[in-house]
Amino acid sequence: MFGKLTLESIPYHEPIIMVVAAFMAIGGIALFGLITYYRKWGWLWNEWFTSVDHKKLGIMYFIVALVMLLRGFSDAIMMRTQLAMAAGDAAGYLPPEHYDQIFTAHGVIMIFFVAMPMVIGLMNLVVPLQIGARDVAFPFLNNLSFWLFAVSAILVNISLVVGEFAKTGWLAYAPLSGIEFSPGVGVDYWIWALQISGIGTTLTGINFFVTIIKMRTKGMTMFRMPIFTWTSLCANVLIIASFPILTATIALLTLDRYLGMHFFTNDFGGNMMMYVNLIWAWGHPEVYILILPAFGVFSEVIATFARKRLFGYATMVWATISITLLSFVVWLHHFFTMGAGANVNAFFGIMTMIIAIPTGVKVFNWLFTMFRGSLELTSPVLWTLGFIITFTLGGMTGVMLAVPAANFVLHNSLFVIAHFHNVIIGGVVFGMMAGLTYWFPKAFGFTLSEKWGKRSFWCWFIGFYVAFMPLYVLAFFGAVRRMQSYPNTEWQPWMILAWVGAVIIMLGIVCTIIQFWVSIRDRKQNADVTGDPWNGRTLEWSTSSPAPFYNFARLPEVGDIDSFWSQKQRSEEQLEEAPYTDIHMPRNTVAGPVISFFALVIGFALVWHIWWLAAVGAVGVFVSFMARVFNDDIDYYVPAAEVERIEREHQQRVEAQA
Amino acid sequence: MQRRSLWRRRGTLVLLALCLFLAGCSSALLDPKGQIGAEQRTLILTAFGLMLIVVIPVIVMTLLFGWRYRRSNSLAKYTPDWAHSNVIEAVVWIVPCAIIAVLALLTWKTSHSLDPHKPLESDVAPIEIQAVALDWKWLFIYPEQGIASVNEVAFPVDTPVRFRVSSGSVMNAFFIPHLGSQIYAMAGMDNDVHLIADEIGSYPGRSTNYSGAGFSGMTFEAKVTNPADFDAWVETVRAAPQTLTYPEGYEALAEPSESNPVEYFSAISPSLYESILRSFHTGGEHQMGGDHADSHDGENEKTADHAAESGHVTNNHASQDNAMRSHSSSVEVGG
Amino acid sequence: MATDTLHHGATAEPHEHHDASGTKLFGFWVYLMSDLVIFGSLFATYAVLMKGTAGGPTGADIFELPLILFGTFALLISSFTFGMGVLAMHANRVGQVKVWLIITFLLGLCFLGMEVYEFQHLIHEGYGPDRSGFLSAFFTLVGTHGLHVTFGMIWILVMLVQLSTKGLNAMTRPRILCLSLFWHFLDIVWICVFSFVYLMGVL
Repeated sequence: MFGKLTLESIPYHEPIIMVVAAFMAIGGIALFGLITYYRKWGWLWNEWFTSVDHKKLGIMYFIVALVMLLRGFSDAIMMRTQLAMAAGDAAGYLPPEHYDQIFTAHGVIMIFFVAMPMVIGLMNLVVPLQIGARDVAFPFLNNLSFWLFAVSAILVNISLVVGEFAKTGWLAYAPLSGIEFSPGVGVDYWIWALQISGIGTTLTGINFFVTIIKMRTKGMTMFRMPIFTWTSLCANVLIIASFPILTATIALLTLDRYLGMHFFTNDFGGNMMMYVNLIWAWGHPEVYILILPAFGVFSEVIATFARKRLFGYATMVWATISITLLSFVVWLHHFFTMGAGANVNAFFGIMTMIIAIPTGVKVFNWLFTMFRGSLELTSPVLWTLGFIITFTLGGMTGVMLAVPAANFVLHNSLFVIAHFHNVIIGGVVFGMMAGLTYWFPKAFGFTLSEKWGKRSFWCWFIGFYVAFMPLYVLAFFGAVRRMQSYPNTEWQPWMILAWVGAVIIMLGIVCTIIQFWVSIRDRKQNADVTGDPWNGRTLEWSTSSPAPFYNFARLPEVGDIDSFWSQKQRSEEQLEEAPYTDIHMPRNTVAGPVISFFALVIGFALVWHIWWLAAVGAVGVFVSFMARVFNDDIDYYVPAAEVERIEREHQQRVEAQA
Repeated sequence: MQRRSLWRRRGTLVLLALCLFLAGCSSALLDPKGQIGAEQRTLILTAFGLMLIVVIPVIVMTLLFGWRYRRSNSLAKYTPDWAHSNVIEAVVWIVPCAIIAVLALLTWKTSHSLDPHKPLESDVAPIEIQAVALDWKWLFIYPEQGIASVNEVAFPVDTPVRFRVSSGSVMNAFFIPHLGSQIYAMAGMDNDVHLIADEIGSYPGRSTNYSGAGFSGMTFEAKVTNPADFDAWVETVRAAPQTLTYPEGYEALAEPSESNPVEYFSAISPSLYESILRSFHTGGEHQMGGDHADSHDGENEKTADHAAESGHVTNNHASQDNAMRSHSSSVEVGG
Repeated sequence: MATDTLHHGATAEPHEHHDASGTKLFGFWVYLMSDLVIFGSLFATYAVLMKGTAGGPTGADIFELPLILFGTFALLISSFTFGMGVLAMHANRVGQVKVWLIITFLLGLCFLGMEVYEFQHLIHEGYGPDRSGFLSAFFTLVGTHGLHVTFGMIWILVMLVQLSTKGLNAMTRPRILCLSLFWHFLDIVWICVFSFVYLMGVL
């Protein structure tokens, strides 16, 4: 009846998990109670859960990502604590089976459920506004993508209290992840969480690619698009081309585990090297999916706060495009030590280094944007300066790893860990924090507290160096990744130092939480009525904050890069006011959350081999999808009078402020 | 050797290296005990130094520009529409290109000179040791001596050693940090790495590729001895009461165990390593002949290149080269 | 919020910024490209595992070309009949569209029947997908294509229902076009499967 699921599957004998679960339960019940008490369920459902508004979806992506960041960071602090303790004969407080789940969960959560949703959330919030569109190409699919992602995050969290998570490392290398060596349900949770969210991500990629290609406003040629839109476009191309590889690879692993096939098994003609190749053929483009939009954020931030045109726009675009293309021919650098021939290794090593060239050029372009600018040292700018320094160092260690013969001693060591945190924290996290602060007023109509934002930056910045520089050092001692304990007590001081760094980063996260609290409290004082709090350059700042659900009352026309800036420069000459027209908008949909709920049912059922429940889920998905397909009432028109009313209210607020 | 003198001339590098030395004298990678490791140290420091040519200016410029062009500084020049300069664009393209060109050359050369599969040049005859990763321990087989050991490997100083590396379980990686290059250990695959030690001593070795619950304890000791001591070690092992038979003894040993103590086996079944390799080419009638297992192995290595091609790049030249390499190695195995 | 208070405007009117049909078709093209990457991965997998027979049968041992050829022709003809259906749509002949779709559906059914028979036969012989890496790759590649054909046939059924209830309108037209793209795409993939798996396997 319940497949492999029994009461024994709940790890009630694990005090740590039970305490965490209790906190989660209390938090969940409190949240549930509050929503019920304030009678907000209907509002949540109608205005948010079923919304197809890209701005609201972007906000929801960010909320889930920040919650998952807390989970992923708890994993990090637990690991660092364990390693600070477990030197010599000491075993620490986490046994291997628990520790191994934690580092796997940390990687999976941070990449798939923190970094990805932040990047996609920012794209959702910003891209349609930047290109002067009213929504994305496929609003329903956008909602569906979000919910597929959200239920996957739920599935990962279920694994904490029902069963276990994978103990294989975040990429679940076969044959360790095969049924022979991982008979538990952990890998199955990994499979279904990634499969479901991966499909959502692919849909997002298609959606935004089509949006950017097809829905730009009048006059916005490709080479007038803001850089963030360019980097998003390239990231979406990467999603479209690489996520199907992940889908296929996970499907093959699934067939190995569920139907006894032999794709990646040790024997019967399987080939585990193929798994490693396939997973990195997706995995390497994936890191560029994360970093390219971050590059875009820095480009916008630096140009805006230096009050200066971005230096070398065309170079920036071509550098982005070349990084996109090159990212597909470097995946083998993740396993130089597999034993391929010298020519193969050298080829992939050199291709990898070549990526450093356009990346380096981008860095110089940011620097020369600051050069002879008028730089306001706001917190987004601090994140950007911190990024340039940190990412450059991370890029350097990346190139060192790309030299195959050097990689032979650095591979799998803590050097790799330090390197990719160097670029992911220094690049993606700093970028997302900068983007969050920068576009927050556009989403909510008030700015975030600068004081707490800067405090958060300094904690992250200093904490990063304290936490990860020791790992570079330890790598030279021969310390490797994924150790639960180590024999050499000489390493311990460095491990303790790294723990201190992690605690400083934690303070940074606390500062961010306080920042939200303080900013929401003081939202009246920090209100941004004009819609253009930073004296921005691109179209998203030309509409009100928060932007109306239709984004632009009149679709803007573009004649230049940074058209909003040049429009402001051309003095305040009022454009002749064309009359408002009816606006065509998509209608909210219940199909997204419902289909995704059934996808969650399928995922959970398949993890536990509860076949009837999986069938129920499949029927549910099919029926709800059909209901959507047969629904004609999916769009409507906002009458011109309504638009006029909303716009007039906004105008009155602006005038009242002035 | 030339390159070594090159980096010595770089004062900054020595200084940085010294800093890392001071951080701890047991820095395996910066204090290598063998030729491969020494060349890799030089390589890492050279690459590091080359990249500092860009990295240091970038950091300086970031801080300088950030400070000089801050809004409150009314003395600094402000040119809001200046966004292009052919000279600057040329410089920022050419400098990274030049550095990467040098690094690429270095990469090409060292990928070949430090190819783990390449036998080392030496007057001393090489010895072969076969390393098999098991859950969670290392089995070392000495085919010439007909002995085996667990979690301890000994070999004479200044003697090239060819480690043939495979796995009886999941993927692992064989690594002695003081000596250089690691290599993956994969079931049914015959991988190899050539190493040499130029100083007597005992060096820690371990699996670097995560392999499950007992991974942390999957360490071993590499004893580098003078030839006489090596012979004495072999005799000690030969005097051990245990022997290792295939398949019974091996299967018992392959059972998962954590932090396994050192074990010696005074005698082993003939072709033990080949038998372990072949045990993964199962499923059929045609896998009986010894030679066949080896050629099958060569095929598997070629298929790795097919997999490589799957991801949108075709590098015929390179894969041919690799195919030839695995072919020649399988000939060696057959012999 | 405002969304609730708004009156329901006329739906599906052509709109300057909602070139819905063109955007949909373009989006579907992009989807097909991503689907192609899945097939690409599976083809690559098949190429890698082709020799991994583990003592089991090779392609030459198990492929029955005449049967496959029959299925192949069924699928090729179905692409033609679908093309006729699209022509009929452009001529605004709903009845004819439905007839062509039904013929296409039946031809798809022939193809699928061939595949099910082949799979069932192989499994019965003891050459199921769990026999060897080669067979795993074979079943998965061919089966994934078969699964796509199945979805295509379900889609045809849905379109038949919608044509009957809604006729040809701004909603059903682009759907028929997308479906025809999908169907032709599956045909092309099948030609690759046929040449790469069956023909090369037998040679």
